[in-house]
Amino acid sequence: MAAAREPAESPLTPESWGKLGMWIFLAGDAMSFGALLAGYGAIRAGSTDWPVPSEVLGISLTAFMTFLLICSSLSMVKALSAIRHGDAKGMRNYLLLTIIGGVIFLGCQAYEWTHLIDAGLGLTTNPFGNYLFGTTFFAITGFHGAHVTAGVIYLTCIMIQGIRGKYSAADNNKVEILGLYWHFVDLVWIMVFTFVYLL
Amino acid sequence: MTDNHKEPNYMGVFYLLAVLTAVEIGVIYLPIGKLIIGFMLVSMALVKAALVAAYFMHLKFEKRTLGMIALTPLVICTFLMFMLLPDVAGTPHQSSAKTPEEPSSSLSQQ
Repeated sequence: MAAAREPAESPLTPESWGKLGMWIFLAGDAMSFGALLAGYGAIRAGSTDWPVPSEVLGISLTAFMTFLLICSSLSMVKALSAIRHGDAKGMRNYLLLTIIGGVIFLGCQAYEWTHLIDAGLGLTTNPFGNYLFGTTFFAITGFHGAHVTAGVIYLTCIMIQGIRGKYSAADNNKVEILGLYWHFVDLVWIMVFTFVYLL
Repeated sequence: MTDNHKEPNYMGVFYLLAVLTAVEIGVIYLPIGKLIIGFMLVSMALVKAALVAAYFMHLKFEKRTLGMIALTPLVICTFLMFMLLPDVAGTPHQSSAKTPEEPSSSLSQQ
């Protein structure tokens, strides 16, 4: 170890500064979601004609979507595990599975939104009760859907780099950082599913 | 720099998450008080989130200070919920279904 090594390694994440950066970004992003959910709670608690979410939204499709995201989290973890064992092909396959999971999730959300909009639910309209129900529903699930979309693009970029042979057992930190983002999207959905659909 | 920690049992965590999701869906149909159901749902969601963060995001194997950074939003958002309580108590709004057909009554009166 040279005494005058310029940039010291990240104190919290010895692997890379990027990993610390992702964690700090995720903490900030979590506050955005937290603020949305807290606002949802305040609006709902102050309303006298809030509909029962599980009756308006339907749980079965969303339960499937939740399961899908958990599965894609598992395949993400398996992708990282594969490249850490030097298995680049395994990583590509697991990343592809993760991407497919994310795309199906987005498809389900588009289907769900289409049906709800057909039923009259909108940003300012709601035939089932308080119109703010529609406002908050589309704002929160839309914000999460945007994160899934970004995640699918992010996954695709890393997978293409993987196909080009960029990652190996010795160099896979960027795959780990990608995993952090993807698991965060899963974690947020767990919260959204509970607060917006089940409660 | 490679991690030397043993790989956690990912499949075990996955099964636990799946089972908890199923229990969550079952709980909402239980014939018990809404407050108890709500408490159970929030607890299970927090357990699931903790499982994802601890094992999938490897937080359990990171430095403790990184965990503090990760926990900060939870603390602040809980605080935010209590800060919003006065708003809830002050403005009970019962804005029912707003349909575009009915023109705002205030305009027609003028």
